Amino acid sequence: MILNGLSDANGAGQPIFMLQWTYTEFSMENNAIEMTGITKTFPGVVANDNINLSVLDNEVHALLGENGAGKSTLMSILFGSYDPDAGTIRIRGKEVKIKDPNAATALGIGMVHQHFKLVHNYTVTENIVLGDESRTRFGMLDLKTAEKRVAELSEKYGLRVNPRDKIEDISVGMQQRVEILKTLYRNADILILDEPSAVLTPQEIDELMDIIRRLKSEGKTIILITHKLKEIKAVAERCTVLRRGKYIGTVDVRDVSEEQMAEMMVGRAIKFEIDKAAENPGEVLLAISNLSVRNSRGLLGVKKLSLDVRAGEIVGIAGVDGNGQTELIYGITGLSRAETGSITVRGKEISGMTVKERILAGVGHIPEDRHRHGLVLDFSVAENCVLKNYDSPPFSDGLGVLDFTAINSHAAELISQYDIRAGEGPSMKARNMSGGNQQKVIIAREIDLSPDVLVVAQPTRGLDVGAIEYIRKRIVAERDKGRAILLISFELDEIMNLCDRIAIISKGEIAGIFNSGEVDEHQIGFMMAGSKNKTAEKERA
Amino acid sequence: MMIQASRKRSLRELLISSDGALSVLVVLLGFLCGTILILVVGRNPVGMYKAILQVLTGYNIDRGRFYVRYIGEWLAQSMPYILCGLSMAFAARTGLFNIGGEGQYVIGLTVAQFFALLGPQIPVLHWMIALVLAMIGGALWGGIVGWLKAKYEVSEVVATIMLNYIALYASRILIMRIPGTNTYKTPDYPVTALLRAPFLEKLTSGSMLNLGIFFVILSVIVYWFIIEKTRLGYGLRATGFNKDAARYGGIPVVKSIVLSMAIAGAFAGLAGGIVSLGSFRFGRVLSGNDGYGFAGIAVALVGNNTALGTLLAGLLFGMLSSAQPLMESNSIPKEISYIIQGLVVVFIAIRGGLRIVMTYSLKKKAAQEAQGK
Repeated sequence: MILNGLSDANGAGQPIFMLQWTYTEFSMENNAIEMTGITKTFPGVVANDNINLSVLDNEVHALLGENGAGKSTLMSILFGSYDPDAGTIRIRGKEVKIKDPNAATALGIGMVHQHFKLVHNYTVTENIVLGDESRTRFGMLDLKTAEKRVAELSEKYGLRVNPRDKIEDISVGMQQRVEILKTLYRNADILILDEPSAVLTPQEIDELMDIIRRLKSEGKTIILITHKLKEIKAVAERCTVLRRGKYIGTVDVRDVSEEQMAEMMVGRAIKFEIDKAAENPGEVLLAISNLSVRNSRGLLGVKKLSLDVRAGEIVGIAGVDGNGQTELIYGITGLSRAETGSITVRGKEISGMTVKERILAGVGHIPEDRHRHGLVLDFSVAENCVLKNYDSPPFSDGLGVLDFTAINSHAAELISQYDIRAGEGPSMKARNMSGGNQQKVIIAREIDLSPDVLVVAQPTRGLDVGAIEYIRKRIVAERDKGRAILLISFELDEIMNLCDRIAIISKGEIAGIFNSGEVDEHQIGFMMAGSKNKTAEKERA
Repeated sequence: MMIQASRKRSLRELLISSDGALSVLVVLLGFLCGTILILVVGRNPVGMYKAILQVLTGYNIDRGRFYVRYIGEWLAQSMPYILCGLSMAFAARTGLFNIGGEGQYVIGLTVAQFFALLGPQIPVLHWMIALVLAMIGGALWGGIVGWLKAKYEVSEVVATIMLNYIALYASRILIMRIPGTNTYKTPDYPVTALLRAPFLEKLTSGSMLNLGIFFVILSVIVYWFIIEKTRLGYGLRATGFNKDAARYGGIPVVKSIVLSMAIAGAFAGLAGGIVSLGSFRFGRVLSGNDGYGFAGIAVALVGNNTALGTLLAGLLFGMLSSAQPLMESNSIPKEISYIIQGLVVVFIAIRGGLRIVMTYSLKKKAAQEAQGK
């Protein structure tokens, strides 16, 4: 294999190898962006260490790296949000100092952030002109001209955005296009897209890929920040890889496989598919029938939902964020009251129970939001490890006095057993740990309680590839121990990869349940978007 | 030069990482401003420090003599500050803002006065039951707020402020119904109700120091033990830091909130009991608030809601208040001590901002050093 010997043996992240496919040297004038020797330090971290990035004119250039690899820092420097400690930036051959985002805009650079910056009760046009409003002679806001221009731009790039729609009425995919329009309206010809597919359904991702191609054909240069290799393969021509703040290399996408790019990104070979034995489902451990749960606005988030999870299987809930997943989790774990219906664990009705009683009845919960629910960030690791059983022996005695020796040794045990990196040991505050290690604390705590039913929500969100691999293995191991696992994830890949059965949720209802392997991503995508399983059945026929 | 720079930075780092160190800095800043203010009004600030020295050690520089009584007065004066500080701090550790310390204090005071005047005159038991009832009264008064908050999501801030008024006026109406009471005082307490302890008075040559001090010390220990060492404290702290995580972990959040407010109220109620039976020989018809409950908020803030911190902050506030008459005799306006109290609270409030500024300048320095290399 070509990449043998590429992974750095010295572990320092130094690119000690020569890429065999060294790309042709292009003359400088061809380069839309030329960043050389960029270094940026934050107290205690070198976020960017002598990084080079050259992006050709009219190219789709991917910027690949794990969380914390320095992608966002590099782009923030290019967009003028940070000042580099060292290094030069050339835009179209001219050396520039980009002191703030306005300067970047003036240079024709536009950025679409991962979290949209839109005013929800404003129209598309109002959002686009915000900060750059054109005025009539009398100083009044001139929305007519702006609207016309937005419509033209939308037409030209095939964005199909209605300039008069309110943001709150349009889909997330459409909102993203509004963000793209915002940059085009300011005459950007270099577009930075930061993790654009994170919030989209598979269909919307396809459309986004088309939009990127369209932008390119209209002469724009695009930098795509991502960790999704499939998308890089689909649209990018070249790809620059960063790892732990260092420049690893730039490759021609068509010359390398996804596995090779992953290896460059992580520094070692990565398995995408989890090895997993065939499932061996037993009795039904979790049975939900006709469950309805209200959401925070008082509406039914889950409507008459029924679902069974058996011992020794992982059932995945696939769906776009906001289709009742949160309400379903809350309903099962007791954080919300069930409006109607029943939930049983090993045949025992739990829907009227308190959270505590449900925990004792055997419901484990790895929550969606680890900072909001999963951890008390100001507690130590040790205190967090006993969040659910601090009140029972051996952690507290009959008089209600805590035994900190037992609590600390319990934490030390979990730390070594689950490979949790807590520099200061059990007394380290959860707040000071990395996201991956925080998640490991939660997983260790929940698995250690060995619940019959484990509700796992978004277990790998925001984690790096190494942690993802580890956590997925742990979940499969729990399945093999005979637990019933309900996995809720917005990452379709994760669902496809881990689950034995897949239930698609849409508008609070189950749109279809399939054995894994029966459906492909696109059929799931259709159902996620709201068409009932009819569509999928038709396609299968 | 290098060493100096690094020591300077480590001091700054200490201030960023330690709440205690920052509190000390804040108190020093308060005194500094107070000193400047005395200079501005054209008096000699040494007078203030002389007064403070005499309160803390009993030593009068001008006369070169020790007066132990001042230490006793200082400790006696500090008792309600410490207890009301604990009240505020306990609620704060559970994520609640107990502005109702004053009301809980008044209820404790009223209950204690009633029992002192009308209860059976059995030695020791008389005042002891009066104090226990004062605590129960305060606990109920605080518990109501917790219950309203937990059950109906009534803001504890609004509820406690309103209950403060209700407590004050209810106390006036009820105390005035005791036979022999005029518009400002009841008849004298029976001797069995008094917290006076001859041995303490002898020890401090006739100060107001009374048996209450033992309850204050006990309260500090109980506070520390509950918060840091018990199952109950774990649940309360978890609720205070992150209510959602507490619910997720099966901790009964509603119960935690009610209990926390009740325990907070008990501390303030005890303060009321101790003041009424320790500092007076008769029951009072309150014409206004004593203010200890409100000062408790500041005490808890300065003490970072810890047991030891609140104890020290309470002693500080007690010291400032018992230094007032001495300051006046040193021709320092006594208002200065209120101003210093106020300044300390203001500086504590901007502590967050102070910390941000220090963190930022530390970062900038680190960045500069990195660039230099």
